Amino acid sequence: MIEIRGLKKRLSRKQVLDGLDLDVHTGETLVVLGPSGTGKSVLLKHIIGLMAPDEGSIRIDGQEIVGLKEGALNRVRRRFGMLFQGAALFDSMTVGENVSLAMLEHQNGMTPDEVGRRVRERLEWVGLKDAGGMKPASLSGGMRKRVGLARALALDPEYILYDEPTTGLDPITADVINQLIRDLQKQLNVTSVAVTHDITSAYTIADRIVLLYDGRIVFSGTPDETRGTRDPMVRQFIEGSSRGPIQPL
Amino acid sequence: MANGLTGEEVALRGFRFLRSRAGDALAEIGRVSLLIGEMLQLLVRRLPAFRLLVQQMNAIGVDSLWLVIVVSLFTGAVAAVQAAYQFTAVVPLKFLSAVIMRSVVIELGPVLTALVIGGRVGASIAAELGTMKVTEQIDALRAMGINPVRYLVAPRVTAAIIMLPILTIYADAIAIFGGFVVAVNVVGVSAATYMQGLREYFYLKDVMSGIVKSLFFGGIIGTMGCYYGFQTEGGAEGVGKATTGAVVTSCVLVLILDYILASILFRVVFA
Ligand SMILES: Nc1ncnc2c1ncn2[C@@H]1O[C@H](COP(=O)(O)OP(=O)(O)O)[C@@H](O)[C@H]1O
Ligand SMILES: [Mg+2]
Repeated sequence: MIEIRGLKKRLSRKQVLDGLDLDVHTGETLVVLGPSGTGKSVLLKHIIGLMAPDEGSIRIDGQEIVGLKEGALNRVRRRFGMLFQGAALFDSMTVGENVSLAMLEHQNGMTPDEVGRRVRERLEWVGLKDAGGMKPASLSGGMRKRVGLARALALDPEYILYDEPTTGLDPITADVINQLIRDLQKQLNVTSVAVTHDITSAYTIADRIVLLYDGRIVFSGTPDETRGTRDPMVRQFIEGSSRGPIQPL
Repeated sequence: MANGLTGEEVALRGFRFLRSRAGDALAEIGRVSLLIGEMLQLLVRRLPAFRLLVQQMNAIGVDSLWLVIVVSLFTGAVAAVQAAYQFTAVVPLKFLSAVIMRSVVIELGPVLTALVIGGRVGASIAAELGTMKVTEQIDALRAMGINPVRYLVAPRVTAAIIMLPILTIYADAIAIFGGFVVAVNVVGVSAATYMQGLREYFYLKDVMSGIVKSLFFGGIIGTMGCYYGFQTEGGAEGVGKATTGAVVTSCVLVLILDYILASILFRVVFA
């Protein structure tokens, strides 16, 4: 379980997170909706300790991670997998090397054979079992995201963070990714946080949807509750209107 | 005054500007020191992975060899032409090879190698790490629990410190050979005279001083490349700025440190 309390972060003279409270329950898939530039990526980077808040607390299964030293934080981070917005694949390495890096660096007693087998297995999960030898530069956007996902799954994470998993993909490829996320969720029984502004994706993968606006969570509900809500901000977001309480940046 | 400011206001503004610049510079020195401190701390605990180190030694050293060969060949050749011209009717030409050798091993070899490698390697390190920074690859490493200073910085800086002295030794030898070619074929010194000058005036401490300098130069080039790479913000433009910053700063620091080390080595250590 992830418990976030009173999270505040100021970046480039803007109060990006302003006392944000959020709980992510074990086993659920939470989708954080929000317009571009509201701090969705910033929120994820706080959860995995890539950014430190000015104020507030983040507990992972009861353990406070705010103020942890880099070494202790690294042990927490190994329980997470993260899919970055642009996939952030290491472009000097092959696809297979991208997936194996964490296994090799953390030497958890795996033999090279086991590493190789696990890399193939992860790539198979995302439907790319023959892509191990390719370089990231030669992959399409959807394939890059899938490799990023395979890499995030390398160490059997308990938590997976997705930063805009479908942004920049065509609707069909986006649905492939959504289904993949859905299937993995069911098979692996992980806890996930996905941030996105793609409402279709949110409906497909979420157990619960929250809306981030102005540095706080302003709405929380199941996908069905979200569809039927009268909350003007959520309605504006779902309907994709520039008029309403949410001020476009 | 033209823009409606009094002299006092202009002075005050100037002072504020300088003060903020001085503050920036101090903050910069602080950040570089933190990076060096973290790297040393990590290196004491665990040496960089052999595979990563060899990869970087290849990229920094082996791939730079041709550049160093060409630069030092011409450096030696020019040194021969210039020295011969300055010697005319003043100094006997039997001293030509000694002057070429000593200026090369003490100064030209280490410094020109450092400037050339600073341009080539400093730029490529800054561009590579800068691109990794803006495409979130460095965040991705950290998110996997991999320390980017250990994984990226330590192998590069260590490789630069190992390879610069080796490149400098090559540069010294090739520059002396370049001088030989010009001295014998253009200036008209005999090969025997040239070789005799080398033998008579060879001092090991000259070579050592050059090697010691190049160790430090390697450290500067590697550290500045990594530092500017890690500081990169804002896309392709940021990568360009980081690259320029790394090259300019390492070249300036190489020249400043050259003066400081020369003072220490020749006035204190070897005095
Ligand atoms: N490293 C950073 N330094 C300064 N400002 C940042 C940084 N990261 C994000 N920001 C700012 O924080 C705000 C939220 O960014 P982000 O979380 O990336 O938005 P999004 O919701 O689109 O993911 C933006 O205004 C952005 O400019
Ligand atoms: Mg984002």
